[in-house]
Amino acid sequence: MSESRMSESRMTGSPHYADANEVLAEARRWLDEGRSVAMATVVATWGSSPRPVGSQLIVDERQNMLGSVSGGCIEGAVVQEAGSAMKDGKPRLLTFGVSDEDAWSVGLACGGSVQVYVEKLEG
Amino acid sequence: MKREILDRLLEGQKAKRPLALVTDLESGRQLLLDGGETLGELAGDAAAEAAAARALDSEKSGRLPESSLFVQVFMPPLRLVVVGAVHIAQALVPMASLAGYDVTVIDPRQAWASDARFPDVKIADGWPDEALEALAPDRRTAVVTLTHDPKLDDPALITALNGPAFYIAALGSTRTHAKRRERLLAAGLGEAQIARIAAPAGLAIGARSPAEIAVSILAQMTAALRGAPPLVKAAPPQPAREGAPA
Repeated sequence: MSESRMSESRMTGSPHYADANEVLAEARRWLDEGRSVAMATVVATWGSSPRPVGSQLIVDERQNMLGSVSGGCIEGAVVQEAGSAMKDGKPRLLTFGVSDEDAWSVGLACGGSVQVYVEKLEG
Repeated sequence: MKREILDRLLEGQKAKRPLALVTDLESGRQLLLDGGETLGELAGDAAAEAAAARALDSEKSGRLPESSLFVQVFMPPLRLVVVGAVHIAQALVPMASLAGYDVTVIDPRQAWASDARFPDVKIADGWPDEALEALAPDRRTAVVTLTHDPKLDDPALITALNGPAFYIAALGSTRTHAKRRERLLAAGLGEAQIARIAAPAGLAIGARSPAEIAVSILAQMTAALRGAPPLVKAAPPQPAREGAPA
């Protein structure tokens, strides 16, 4: 997870803050620069979860990222899957939560579960 | 996601149109509903089109039961209209922007509503009622009056109370509001209309500084938006008899 880096932000205000519109707009800028981009979207949540349905995160091939799909606990795993989606072009549906086998490595500290859809953005 | 969908999503958002995006989570195929128009590989799919239309109506994103479809709505930003380019507005405007509001400040007094005091914010320098009418507050709009000056605040409040704004607040003490209430009654407004005004504006958190008052107003606005229950709940009913298990 430590490999993931926040991209240098062009947003106004806090560099770690980006709303949904900014994430999509930045995704298009990245595509126009010729970068590969995958987008992760929270599609379902159960129990307490840090980010609501519709929250989005974009990742490029160098693991620069913007936006969020959790409080930070699953972003590392999502970034890995995003890399695979960029390579094979296939979408992925990921579920994270305490009942997950990977609970210790990528479970949500808050005890909730979250389902994340990862897709490649076509340039 | 196809590039044409991304482009249309961004174009629609820029034009502040409500949009619904349907994704088949298994195949990755998508449909974008923009006004009456649909585009994407799922265009023509009756289930997807119905889901998009329903989601726009309810403004809710989520997975469809017993289906691989996910629908996401992109609503235009909520709006906040602040009447009075005063000190508290200087704190409230950036906070509300951060919370996602599209903010407009109304103040006919040029010296107050200067670009230097309010960079990057839309400023309307018309008289509050006319300026507010031009903005046509809808149910996704909040209106907050901060001038303390009845000849500026009252016309704005009267205009706001004749519309569907989800939050209407007026700065000023309980005593100030009692006098305001009399004036609004005299102006022909009904009790129920006047009761919609949150006054004194903001949650009672002991706010003192302009920034703290802005926090209390933004918090109350959020509670109104999200339909939060009152902070202080009624006392629970007493147990039927003493010693009853809790």
